[in-house]
Amino acid sequence: MIERRLWRESSHDLTGKIFRINWLFVILLCGLATVGYIALYSAAGGSPEPYATRHIERFAFGLLLMVCIALVDIRFIARFSWVAYALGVALLVLVLKIGHVGKGAQRWLDLGGQQIQPSELMKLGLILALAAWFHRATWERMGNPLFLLPPLIAILIPVGLILKEPNLGTAMITVMLGGAMFFAAGVRWWKFALVVIPVPFAARFVYQHLHEYQRARIDTFMNPESDPLGAGYNIIQSKIALGSGGLWGKGYLQGTQGHLDFLPEKQTDFIFTMIGEEFGLVGAIAVMTLLVLIIWAALLVGLRCKHQYGRLVAFGIACNFFFYCFVNIAMVMGVIPVGGVPLPLISHGGSAMITMMVAFGILMSVQVHRDVEFPNTDRD
Amino acid sequence: MIRREINRGSVFTRRALLVGGAQTLLLGGLAARLRQVQVQEGDHYATMAEDNRVSARMIAPQRGRILDRFGIVLAGSLINWRALLITEQTIDVRRSLDNFSAIVPLTDAERARIERDLHHGKSFIPVLVKEYLSRDAMTRIEVNGPDLPGITVDAGTSRTYNYPYDLAHILGYVAPPNESDMTGDPLMELPGVKVGRAGIEKFHDLALRGRPGVVHLEINAVGRVIRELDRADGVNGDDIGLSFDLELQQAIQKRLGDDAASAVVLDCRNGEIMAMVSNPSYDPSLFATGVSQAQWKEWTKDRRTPLINKATSGLYAPGSTFKMAVALAGLDARTISVHDRLSCPGHLDLGNSRFHCWNKSGHGPLDLHQALKYSCDVYFYQVALRTGIDRISAMAHRLGMGTELDIDIPGQRIGQVPTKDWRVSKGHPWQLGDTVVSGIGQGYIIVSPLQLATYAARVATGRAVQPHFTRRIAGAMQPGSQPDDWPDLGVPDPMLQAVRGGMFAVVNEPGGTAPKARLAGPLQLAGKTGSSQVRRVSRQQRESGTFDSKNLPWEFRPHALFVAYAPYDQPKYALSVVVEHGNAGGAAAAPLARDIMTDVLRRDPASRQDGEPAQVAEAKS
Repeated sequence: MIERRLWRESSHDLTGKIFRINWLFVILLCGLATVGYIALYSAAGGSPEPYATRHIERFAFGLLLMVCIALVDIRFIARFSWVAYALGVALLVLVLKIGHVGKGAQRWLDLGGQQIQPSELMKLGLILALAAWFHRATWERMGNPLFLLPPLIAILIPVGLILKEPNLGTAMITVMLGGAMFFAAGVRWWKFALVVIPVPFAARFVYQHLHEYQRARIDTFMNPESDPLGAGYNIIQSKIALGSGGLWGKGYLQGTQGHLDFLPEKQTDFIFTMIGEEFGLVGAIAVMTLLVLIIWAALLVGLRCKHQYGRLVAFGIACNFFFYCFVNIAMVMGVIPVGGVPLPLISHGGSAMITMMVAFGILMSVQVHRDVEFPNTDRD
Repeated sequence: MIRREINRGSVFTRRALLVGGAQTLLLGGLAARLRQVQVQEGDHYATMAEDNRVSARMIAPQRGRILDRFGIVLAGSLINWRALLITEQTIDVRRSLDNFSAIVPLTDAERARIERDLHHGKSFIPVLVKEYLSRDAMTRIEVNGPDLPGITVDAGTSRTYNYPYDLAHILGYVAPPNESDMTGDPLMELPGVKVGRAGIEKFHDLALRGRPGVVHLEINAVGRVIRELDRADGVNGDDIGLSFDLELQQAIQKRLGDDAASAVVLDCRNGEIMAMVSNPSYDPSLFATGVSQAQWKEWTKDRRTPLINKATSGLYAPGSTFKMAVALAGLDARTISVHDRLSCPGHLDLGNSRFHCWNKSGHGPLDLHQALKYSCDVYFYQVALRTGIDRISAMAHRLGMGTELDIDIPGQRIGQVPTKDWRVSKGHPWQLGDTVVSGIGQGYIIVSPLQLATYAARVATGRAVQPHFTRRIAGAMQPGSQPDDWPDLGVPDPMLQAVRGGMFAVVNEPGGTAPKARLAGPLQLAGKTGSSQVRRVSRQQRESGTFDSKNLPWEFRPHALFVAYAPYDQPKYALSVVVEHGNAGGAAAAPLARDIMTDVLRRDPASRQDGEPAQVAEAKS
């Protein structure tokens, strides 16, 4: 057992590591980025400018970054889990103080021309921190509520800050992400029930304390036709665009709603609508299949990993990716309220892309270092 | 340690697979919902998408032009920059209008009209805000575009009349349609569309209008036009080619001067109107921009009635010009013959009444030729008595008087040549005296100058020509330009020839009443004078010996009339001239007729090719 591990460890030279990267996963990512290029080319009215070229350049950069991170030992990364978390919280505080408000919902930090959205970095930091925490957990410890208290606080701090931005969608995703991590780490079922049951009552309380625009968003979501030119406009136009696409779509670059600006934010939040309009149900489901494959590939990295840290990190990153996809697609279809969540690797936007690629880099590091021995696995 | 690791691992594996499965199911649920939106409800959304992007707009066709005989544009269209408001493209119409008003002031009247149009129209049909924008105003509107949602500037066409004063009575004018014009023609709903209100514009309104085109525009969410999807071009209105000669018209107008007078020149072979002048005229373009109170007063107070087309709507007793009709009635009824000599002692006594001849000493015995030449009243009193009013009336109608003509401008007045029945229907018996005065075209007889010209033409040719302007529609010749298009009058030629001879004598034989109408050149004119009394001359006045109608106030003086055709041996043109209150026809109207006919023959518009310049004809003469 030990011999084998040592043998494996010895193979961790640079070329060996590169071969251990899940290249199938990389190909899937390239496929997704290509879908993004095609869609953004259409969103710009049949031109690589201003979206598509930038998109593919960022992806190339992100891919390089990903491979570089993949080669970094996961134990090294694990050591900085809480640093990443602290950095995320610091940025969230900073953005509340000096951030730019865009579209009334999202807060951005302008770092030397590159805008970043700290809440995205925060989720990655949270995944790493929770993974690091639960990595130390034994089954017995998991039963101890006091052991669960620090990670709970670790979730609530960023959630509170994100709500204050205010960005309801991202806050919800963060809560769900944290919850998923708890679940995967082995927290007992009944404890989830304890948290979930009061949610309807809490929701009612929260609704009353929401911002006006947030309430409007929920209201128009419930009945979009009530305000066709106001906040419900986006959802109606998006459904019109999707619905008019039909089974086979209107054909590439033939989408009318997107090209005529009926569709708002077609290059970012509503890119999936464009795909649905131009390529129809067939195209949309093809893209969704690609997304499911990536989710499962990421989960598989976790399932094959021999250490809890790597498992939880891979699981968290897979869940994070899923939440992005689900919220975005559900949003453009009018299933959940509009949330300003991009479709990863397809939507135009540098911050989300780079964050996502960094996360995938860590995922690949887990893949590469799936067999490594953590020195401090068990320190009771 | 390894056990625990395995335990933890199996918990993770179970739960990760569970979560992964749940995620797959959730995305599958979205796919199912997507299928519902895209396939089951797809048609519904496809329709909405089409509505979203396609906007149908009507394009107004250009109103047809009106041309004179030689292709000179009398009425055309000019580009007219105007601001339109499309209500469906703005949320707050009032605010858009207020902002517009701050840039380009709107009068209260304009505001009221816009409100009215907004009230009536559909939201996608633009409402006219303001017309005839200056370049400066247009720039200001474009610059302030963001404050003016729903307001667009576009090029419409407006009607222009190149010779407004000369042709006001013939061409008429255009005006915005009113409720009664809304007869289902979609064109009527377009902003700024105008319909013909009088004259040729009204008569040929349908042909001039054309049919609107439809353009399907792809528009984006804020209503900006991205591109044209397809365009069904409308059909522009047809050009209407008129028979008349603008330059002749202008020359006649000049010759008539300031007098309240009218003149109609026909091609007597086919009834084409060569000129139709009603003096004084007015400038109809003033109607487009709004007539001032003072101007309106001036027009309506003017005794010379500039707003009325005297040629078709002025009614005058024909006076002695009616004598040919009486003669033809008598000849046709065989109550007289060409050679019968009737005596004129200067008056005719009928019961207690005495009817005078204009020549108090009488003409003695004369035949038809002489009676016409001297315009002897007593001769025609006797013919009238022999023939009876109903046969005179029937002949007059046949010759085009007191009857409706097929003139192609609306508004003609029919006048009347009465019958016994008409008088009886009014509750009075027909008196023989009424027949007597009818013999010299007085009494109840009233006719229009157009009817007089038609009468002259029919006498000259023996054909029942109808006066008309329309020669070409969209370039195609219309029926009626050939003599054979018109039926024979049904009056035997020898009778007509006798009357024509009398008319020849009036002008060309010594002692005729209208030597002043004699032409200078080799061509000869045949005509007849007429003076129509406006007020009855009492016996006392007549017998005092000092009566002279020249001493009467202007409005009581008799009208001076003249009907003529030329050349005598080969009639080509017929004309009528009426000078209101011009006194004697021989003195006032005959010289005008001579000058006009001289001009007509010199220019000879009927013999020139369409489009041939007038200089050629002038070189010939």
